[in-house]
Amino acid sequence: MSKQKTMVAKQEQRWAWLMVAPTIIGLLVLNYYPLIQTFLLSFSKTKTFGAVEFNGIQNYIDMFQMPEFWKATWNTILFCILTVPVGIALALLVAILLNAKVRFKGGFRAIYFLPMVCAPAAIAMVWRWMFNGEYGIINSILGVNINWLTNPSTAILACAIVAIWSSIGYDAVLLLSGLQNISKSYYEAAHLDGAGPIRQFFSITLPMISPTLFVTLIMRMMASLKVYDLIYMMIDQSNPVIPNVQSLMYLFYREAFVAGNKGFASAIVIWTILLIGIVTVVQFIGQKKWVNYDV
Amino acid sequence: MRTGSMQGSRRLFTVLTYFFLIAGSVLMVFPFLWMILTSLKSLGESMQIPPTFFPAVYYFNNFKDALTSLPFGALYINTGIMVFFRVICAIVFSSMAGYAFAKLRFKGKNVLFTLVLIQMMMPSQIFVIPQYEMLAKVGLTESHFALIFPGLVSAFGTFFLRQAYMGIPSEIGEAAYLDGCNQWQTFYKVMLPLTGTSIAALTIFTAVFAYADLMWPLVVNTDINMMTLSSGLATLKGQFMTNYPVLMAGSLFAMVPMLILYLIFQRQFIEGIALTGGK
Repeated sequence: MSKQKTMVAKQEQRWAWLMVAPTIIGLLVLNYYPLIQTFLLSFSKTKTFGAVEFNGIQNYIDMFQMPEFWKATWNTILFCILTVPVGIALALLVAILLNAKVRFKGGFRAIYFLPMVCAPAAIAMVWRWMFNGEYGIINSILGVNINWLTNPSTAILACAIVAIWSSIGYDAVLLLSGLQNISKSYYEAAHLDGAGPIRQFFSITLPMISPTLFVTLIMRMMASLKVYDLIYMMIDQSNPVIPNVQSLMYLFYREAFVAGNKGFASAIVIWTILLIGIVTVVQFIGQKKWVNYDV
Repeated sequence: MRTGSMQGSRRLFTVLTYFFLIAGSVLMVFPFLWMILTSLKSLGESMQIPPTFFPAVYYFNNFKDALTSLPFGALYINTGIMVFFRVICAIVFSSMAGYAFAKLRFKGKNVLFTLVLIQMMMPSQIFVIPQYEMLAKVGLTESHFALIFPGLVSAFGTFFLRQAYMGIPSEIGEAAYLDGCNQWQTFYKVMLPLTGTSIAALTIFTAVFAYADLMWPLVVNTDINMMTLSSGLATLKGQFMTNYPVLMAGSLFAMVPMLILYLIFQRQFIEGIALTGGK
């Protein structure tokens, strides 16, 4: 009996290994080998014909002495500051409105979600046109004459507006599913106690939604620290405003695949990951102050 | 008196709710509307100040120009192939691995699952240079395989489907096993069909993100006939710097396939993304 049992267990194990094998081999080849390579590359110099040579921390020294790099780091953080709080607040507002008793709820939800199914490349294209300094509809509507995308102080703001517009629907859907889990009885009780909508929001909705809010926040921050495609499509490489908008990942792309400095570019990636890691850790420490898990 | 004012404030709230929802919807839809309207204007009309809202003359040549300057047929096929195979790979391999991680006992399970979790937390850019060099070394850039390559396996899919299998009572699998199914049959015939909703969500998630991906296709396939809709559009931008009517027509061509799918499977899209959310 026990012999048969070990036979069965062995057979189970063999099946399990077979079933995880494609994924694990894939991860090792596609991700873990490249991870090590990128790390090693960041300590190497790319020479002609793709040869590499170990050069210690020279890439990092060069990087830290490069004003463009610090500017890109600041741009990335600024982009995050401009997009995340406003984007999440608006998404929460949309989610709360959609959670109320409204008609065409499905229709509204579908409309807000629309940018999610459109490639950022296509979305950026129409926004470039709307932000156009000479013929753009935004200037006509606002009655102003701003060169949004070529003015160093507005270019990143324009990109941030597009990013917020693109992400509201997605974040709202996530938050809405959190809101729908809050039992209606809390609101009924609060209503009987005479608490108004504002009071209900701060004493019921916000604490109850905080775990979902936290997940959405983390996800959105990570995404905005990695921003690349939107800025790439909004701002041309020949646009002189580049130093004022390019994110770390944009700089990475240009260094790796336009300039061919793969070692230097790898150092930028490592730095970006450290930055994302630090921000995430800070978030996880900070959450203890405001995220409410004992519901 | 008090109930009267309460009712009044409730009505005010309802009005405000609709007001904000509709105003927001207008802001969400306007760029799409503007894209369509601009694509129907001649270059001259598009640059009128102040801008016309509806085209004075409907001008359809922009679509012809977009079609002649970009091989949209190839772009559709390339994007379709990339999305299709990434989805298939994600479903097949992640289902197998997800099931094993959730339901089977084997040595090394925790270590291997940690590999999955760590990969999920890494931004994809950290893999891009070496992945590109691997393909370049064996001469596989400028190919369909190159487009699929980073999506051959999915750590997120594995994690996500593991969660789905965790939610299925083990007794179901054990009953099938006692009925004479072997491990594979138990998985394939009994357990797998129970994860339909999750597989649908993973399909949508994978398709939407593959379709939106820009950096990888841009890096790995520089031949215009091997590009995807996203990277092709980036090229079109370089060709028609300021001819926005043509750019809008091209953007519409690029958006149409996913938009049609979205219109048909709207609920599945939104609920699928909500289910995979947090990634």
